[in-house]
Amino acid sequence: MSLALDEQQRLLQESAESFFAGKAPVSALRRLRDDKDETGFSRELWQQMCQMGWTGTFLPETYGGLGLGFKELGVVMQASGRTLSASPLFSSIALGASCLSLVGSEAQKARLLPQFVSGEKLAALALQEGAHHDPVNIATSATREGDAWLLSGCKRHVADGHTADVFMVVARTAGSARDEQGLSLFLVDSGTPGVNVERRFMVDSRNMAEVTFDKVLLDADCLMGELNGGYAPLQVVIDRGNAVLSAEMLGSALEAFERTLDYLKQREQFGALIGTFQALQHRAAQMFCELEMSRSVVMEALRCADESPEQLAIASSRAKVQMSETLRLVTDESIQMHGGIGMTDEEEIGFFLKRARVAQQLLGDEHYHLNRFAGLSDY
Amino acid sequence: MSELDAFREEVRSWLEENCPPAMRTPMRSDEDVCWAGRQWQFQSEDQRLWLQRMAEKGWTVPEWPEKYGGGGLSSAEARVLQQEMAALGCRPPLASLGIIMLAPAMFKFASEEQKLEHLPKIASGEIRWCQGYSEPGAGSDLASLQTSAIRKGDHYVVNGSKIWTSYGDKADWIFCLVRTDANAPKRESISFLLFDMASPGVSTSPIQLISGASPFCQTFFDDVEVPARNLVGEVNKGWTVAKYLLQHERNMAAALGRSRSGKKKTLPQIAVEALGTDDAGTLKEPVLRQKLARFQIREQAFTLTMQRIGDEMARGGDPGPASSVLKYYGSETNKQRRELWLALAGMDSLGWEGEVFDEGIVARSWLRSKANSIEGGTSEVQLNIIAKRVLGLPSAV
Repeated sequence: MSLALDEQQRLLQESAESFFAGKAPVSALRRLRDDKDETGFSRELWQQMCQMGWTGTFLPETYGGLGLGFKELGVVMQASGRTLSASPLFSSIALGASCLSLVGSEAQKARLLPQFVSGEKLAALALQEGAHHDPVNIATSATREGDAWLLSGCKRHVADGHTADVFMVVARTAGSARDEQGLSLFLVDSGTPGVNVERRFMVDSRNMAEVTFDKVLLDADCLMGELNGGYAPLQVVIDRGNAVLSAEMLGSALEAFERTLDYLKQREQFGALIGTFQALQHRAAQMFCELEMSRSVVMEALRCADESPEQLAIASSRAKVQMSETLRLVTDESIQMHGGIGMTDEEEIGFFLKRARVAQQLLGDEHYHLNRFAGLSDY
Repeated sequence: MSELDAFREEVRSWLEENCPPAMRTPMRSDEDVCWAGRQWQFQSEDQRLWLQRMAEKGWTVPEWPEKYGGGGLSSAEARVLQQEMAALGCRPPLASLGIIMLAPAMFKFASEEQKLEHLPKIASGEIRWCQGYSEPGAGSDLASLQTSAIRKGDHYVVNGSKIWTSYGDKADWIFCLVRTDANAPKRESISFLLFDMASPGVSTSPIQLISGASPFCQTFFDDVEVPARNLVGEVNKGWTVAKYLLQHERNMAAALGRSRSGKKKTLPQIAVEALGTDDAGTLKEPVLRQKLARFQIREQAFTLTMQRIGDEMARGGDPGPASSVLKYYGSETNKQRRELWLALAGMDSLGWEGEVFDEGIVARSWLRSKANSIEGGTSEVQLNIIAKRVLGLPSAV
């Protein structure tokens, strides 16, 4: 029930932080961007992450996992947020493997989970269809074709969709546009005829994909979980995803804040270090307070993912709201306090601002989750 | 049966036998709180008896050594006592600034003789204490206080005035910061002095606040003679004692931001009653709904932060910056809570008198909350502390 890290988790945090600082600093993301790297992340680095076991924290040992939890995945994601490391850990594991482990049949899990954990295959969640996260508003449809399914529709902003081998597709099998009932989840191989994937370069130097399904013929065993009952487990996948994503955002916020603090202690104007100015000191102290609050809600969301699933929905929305607002504050203030140098591409602080807004939008921004929190709180 | 289980049995049967039934009912208002002291009039015989019995056991301060009037319990035993009292619904037998504010400083800085003189009377409730820190000219800049104590033979002569002395008119003794050297730097000439409020030359005057009557007083000292042995710690080293105590005060003030207990209405309940909901149960006023949700997240984040810091300390972490962060965030959160209450309840919340408005409790609490970010170190002072001591930002030359 603790909101603190235990000894083992602290060690994991230390080793993850030194791993990312040593092997995937912000300059690595810059290089991926400047080289227009084909995959958008380093496959070599990904293999190392898999070997460390980070891809299997919450999965049972039967599938090659460590049998730990989402808290451990959060610890690694927080460390990766510090260096803005681009990897499919979030898309393929926190969303993809999480989804499959939650709703997949024994055969589906046995076939794919070990491959996700080993990094041999990559997964992506194909959910969103418009500019905003809106998980009931699904037009992509799957209709019966004898024993099989015919999948049609267009998914947008599929995180790391360009490198995915398998899509977990949310499709409507009954009901109409805004119904919670009638959604189902399908496993779709990216090589299946009729699947078209377009890579989209985003502001954070990472990648979303537009994925279209043009009358894609799927075997009956591509359905995951209950027919028409996909919405409830999907929400759990989203809530776990937001808990883990909030941990990544916390890492980015802490790093951007600490870099800014260092700058306040170095930069001189008017014959004094700018960190002596009370106008800046108080703003820095207020950011620190918000970061302290953010740490707590993020830890609670991860704790709920592992121990208290009945409280996960509200904990996850709470974490996303608090973390999004804090990250917005910290990245905005970071640019402002760096002054003109913060606007240059050469200075790395701008990368944090860019990733921040993408992470905020992903799986629903603070406005979406504030509204959801109110509903979950019964008013 | 383990020793602790045996102790639990013993505590339970003692409480059942000795806690009067009336002292096992929830406290209805501040008037049910027992502050004790020389001027105290017990609300009931039960209240007197309950304090007397608990004090005899040393259980008003269960973990203090017995020679100081405590119960000499281990912290595990004290927790058992607390749990058993909670289980029976026993009221706290004694509320005391002496216990929560003065005693921690006494344990750290006072001589054995001073401890033996004062701590037992704090534990028994015989002496009620008040705190003399702020002055009309020394608020946030506490170290510039002017109340002087000049040594004359075996005593000090105290002159000056203290303000915001809570219950100054009801307390028996005061622990007071005084200037003992007019020529030394301001932080190296302050001392920590204890004296009897009944001494000749002490007078108090209550202060009315924007929220109405208050426990605050202004206290005046006119050639008050105080035995020199009542100085705690070293002369001119009182600032160290003061800083130690201020940290305690911050910790307590931080608790203000915590959500209130269950019996009172929650903000969502107030909102639903005052604004109504549509068929789906959604508040009819979308802007306020959003404000309420944002506030609740803030409040829950604060509660979780206190929990997290507790968990981290239990695992050997350092509380470090906690007290200023919690003081700042807690008091700002409580102010927001009161403002939101007004916004949700509308004009009904602004009544001042009469039963229909519950004697203006909502409005008065709202007004009183404005002091949360002033007392115990202003929000601005807390931000200064965080900036300098936690973030290591440099001071202006």
